[in-house]
Amino acid sequence: MKSDYMRRDIFQAIADPTRRAIITLIALQAMTPNAIADNFNTTRQAVSKHLRILTECDLVKQEQQGREIYYSLQIDKMKEIDKWLDQLRALWETRFNQLDKVLSTIKKSKK
Amino acid sequence: MNNSSFDFTVDKAAKTVLLTREFDAELSLVWDAFTKPEIIDQWWAPAPFSSKTKSMNFEVGGRRFYAMVTPEGQERWSVQKYKSITPKSNIKFFNCFSDKDENLQLPGSDWDLNFSEEDGMTTVTISIYNESLERMEMLLEGFLQGMKATMQNLENLLATQTVK
Repeated sequence: MKSDYMRRDIFQAIADPTRRAIITLIALQAMTPNAIADNFNTTRQAVSKHLRILTECDLVKQEQQGREIYYSLQIDKMKEIDKWLDQLRALWETRFNQLDKVLSTIKKSKK
Repeated sequence: MNNSSFDFTVDKAAKTVLLTREFDAELSLVWDAFTKPEIIDQWWAPAPFSSKTKSMNFEVGGRRFYAMVTPEGQERWSVQKYKSITPKSNIKFFNCFSDKDENLQLPGSDWDLNFSEEDGMTTVTISIYNESLERMEMLLEGFLQGMKATMQNLENLLATQTVK
């Protein structure tokens, strides 16, 4: 269950270097919080907090396997971010290409 | 037809979008294109949208009040407030969506534009700082809805462009 007010800024979530490292780690395979914590020089609690933030952003998902909870990456969500950035870049490209045309028209009219 | 260099980076940690673009035109012309409303409106809105500047007072403390207009005639208003102007060199302004009566819809973004000329080519560098990139994402997505066909065209266009 996730309530709306708990939702986090996705860009804030991936701005943190430890969280980015966690993303890279679990992109390869689903891992338990303990296994993830083994890779960092930090407490298990700190890692749990990072995982909670990433989960709230839907960037990672948890799955119960026996007595353990495994965390894995939501690839689609990561792709969404890329897609948005592509759109933003496309918008600016269109804008600047239009400006190229305007500039060349003005240059011609001045000659 | 266009082989100018274009650099686009997003620094998520700094919540900043950085753009650098070179134009085959002298500085004074590019400066005019960014500061005269009748020229801005010719290129600011990505087709099929159009840009409509209702008022513009290009001086420190002044503002540009403008809309992006959809092909259906729907208007999305914004306000730019000029914070600093160094002629033919730098412009700093605060950009914010607004309603049709110029009431700001905060938060907005801080823009910093730099202009320089070399060998008749003008380079424009733009940095856009957003308090919340996610908010920008939401607004942009809302704006781009119904624009899928155009995006398709853009993809084709992109394939022929040099993107670093």
